[in-house]
Amino acid sequence: MAVMKDFMAWVDARLPVTQAFEKHMSKYYAPKNLNVLYLFGVLSLLVLVNQLLTGVWLTMSYNPSAEGAFASVEYIMRDVEYGWLIRYMHSTGASAFFVVVYLHMFRGLLYGSYQKPRELVWLFGMAIYLALMAEAFMGYLLPWGQMSYWGAQVIISLFSAIPMIGPDLAQWVRGDYLISGITLNRFFSLHVIALPLVLVALVVLHLLALHHVGSNNPKGVDIKKHKDENGIPLDGIPFHPYYTVHDIVGVAVFLFVFCGVIFFFPEMGGYFLEKPNFEAANPLKTPEHIAPVWYFTPFYAILRAVTYPLFGLDAKFWGVVAMGGAIAILFVLPWLDRSPVKSMRYKGWMSKVALVLFCISFVVLGVLGVLPSTEGRTTVAQIASVVYFLYFILMPFYTKWESTKPVPERV
Amino acid sequence: MKKIFATAALVFASAMTFASGGSAVHLEHMSPDLHDKASLQRGMQVYSNYCAGCHEMGYARYERAATDLGIPADLFEANLLPSGKKIGDLMDNSMDAKDAKEWFGATPPDLTLEARLRGHDWVYTYLKSFYEDKTRPWGVNNTVFPSVGMPNVLEHLQGVRHMTCAQAPAMDEHGKPKFDTLTGDILTEEQCNVVVQKTAGQLSEEEFDQVAYDVTNFLVYMGEPSRLQAESLGIKVLLFIVLFGIFAYLLNKEYWREIH
Repeated sequence: MAVMKDFMAWVDARLPVTQAFEKHMSKYYAPKNLNVLYLFGVLSLLVLVNQLLTGVWLTMSYNPSAEGAFASVEYIMRDVEYGWLIRYMHSTGASAFFVVVYLHMFRGLLYGSYQKPRELVWLFGMAIYLALMAEAFMGYLLPWGQMSYWGAQVIISLFSAIPMIGPDLAQWVRGDYLISGITLNRFFSLHVIALPLVLVALVVLHLLALHHVGSNNPKGVDIKKHKDENGIPLDGIPFHPYYTVHDIVGVAVFLFVFCGVIFFFPEMGGYFLEKPNFEAANPLKTPEHIAPVWYFTPFYAILRAVTYPLFGLDAKFWGVVAMGGAIAILFVLPWLDRSPVKSMRYKGWMSKVALVLFCISFVVLGVLGVLPSTEGRTTVAQIASVVYFLYFILMPFYTKWESTKPVPERV
Repeated sequence: MKKIFATAALVFASAMTFASGGSAVHLEHMSPDLHDKASLQRGMQVYSNYCAGCHEMGYARYERAATDLGIPADLFEANLLPSGKKIGDLMDNSMDAKDAKEWFGATPPDLTLEARLRGHDWVYTYLKSFYEDKTRPWGVNNTVFPSVGMPNVLEHLQGVRHMTCAQAPAMDEHGKPKFDTLTGDILTEEQCNVVVQKTAGQLSEEEFDQVAYDVTNFLVYMGEPSRLQAESLGIKVLLFIVLFGIFAYLLNKEYWREIH
């Protein structure tokens, strides 16, 4: 034990290990009333680690060429020891990542976690979400199945809707006149090196910013207002060990569901692994119905919902604008919410109705994005898209007009 | 009550077909049983004798299939391994893709992942749905796969079937059967796209259904050879997580006793 103590003293004199552990774990004071919705942050960290590790092992046996990619995935599934497990952990992990991130973001909306002084926490989080979408999109091309190929074809062709530079831009992204081995190679490089680096760096910034301002809580009470004589918040408890033991229980519950999918339903009825992707990419054969993976479908539905040309530009361009806008508007959320209170618990009825409508519209758009479009569905998607945008556009007004309940001093 | 269940099942089945991007053709249901080694072995035998000449399984290896299906290597090499192949080889064939395209109009698809791509119900129904059609190059067509480019290689087993006019269950515009509102019986009507047996084959209908089942079962196995391993390991993993979760819960409870 004394040896260990001497060793740590030696290290600490050269690298602030103990100091860092205290700052971020054992002396990081989190509000004691965090509920189950606060688990999804740590779960997304867990899934990130899962994706990084399984990704390293997949890369060992994957062949990033148009000729060999599809066969190498089947080689992993059949000939590599436990390759099927590593692959399913990675493919299920991609969907799990979005499940936990969407719930994590919902928690932020519900309790106003983006409000002052946590604007940067929210912005870094949004940047993570954006990088994650790019990471998932590029990763989906790698198995080189029919849906990989045609999904990427559809999404990259969106760039060509931009006036003037569009077609050249799309070609620049592909590196070819159509999706080819060249596109596959660059997507592989971005998927395994560039974007993971960006993601990890952004996660570090997200956590550093969070630990600087402190965690919000379901009541939106500022725990730093009431401190004891040592400067420790009265309503705060050390993250370690209290929230670490808490999170381990959450991790166990999550892993139970996650492993249930991995071992028993890796295709998840065609939503995690789409059936057409069990056929190798064929540039000459378009699948009868191209649907993006479920986590992109809300935005895909917004894209398809725009059917009117405007100012001499065709509907597809405005669809791209709407889709981009749907994601971009999330970035400015901290400045749209003018409410004096953070948590939904103390906001007025208008905020509550708005959040419920927003969540319904997001789910409806998600479902519609999976289905082929019909006239009726397009109308529903248009209504849902309008509701989606109104949630943000009207936020400065309803958060200001509505009467709020008083926030308690202590949690 | 039975009627409601039947309708519900049909609605559900059609919803699932839709989710998988399938066609609107009614598919017969089959439940794969990967524990039934005898069925898988018979399926592989039929595949080797009737399918393998044109359809390769280029992502899988003979040895893995032989081991998983419980076929001893020496027996496999003597009876099922094509000449010139080693047991560790991929199950591809020597037919040139260009030649194949010339002969059949399209290269016969690789069947390794066919059951995962189209679903086992599709494969099962497809195998049973050939009928005589003199307008097609091979003299046959398929209700599940219209204008299919392959001959009915199992015809001498199944016998010749042809499309004719006969009484068949009436369907509404959603593809669901219509029921008599008084008796609850399924209504029938004269339809002219009904496939019926013309001449008998070597096998009875039940025997042929079994052949189709075995081949489909084998294709399901080939699509995902790790399925049984995944399920047996999965149960152990889940049990461990439950045990781990119990201790994690108790640890958490112990720590949080002092927090109010």
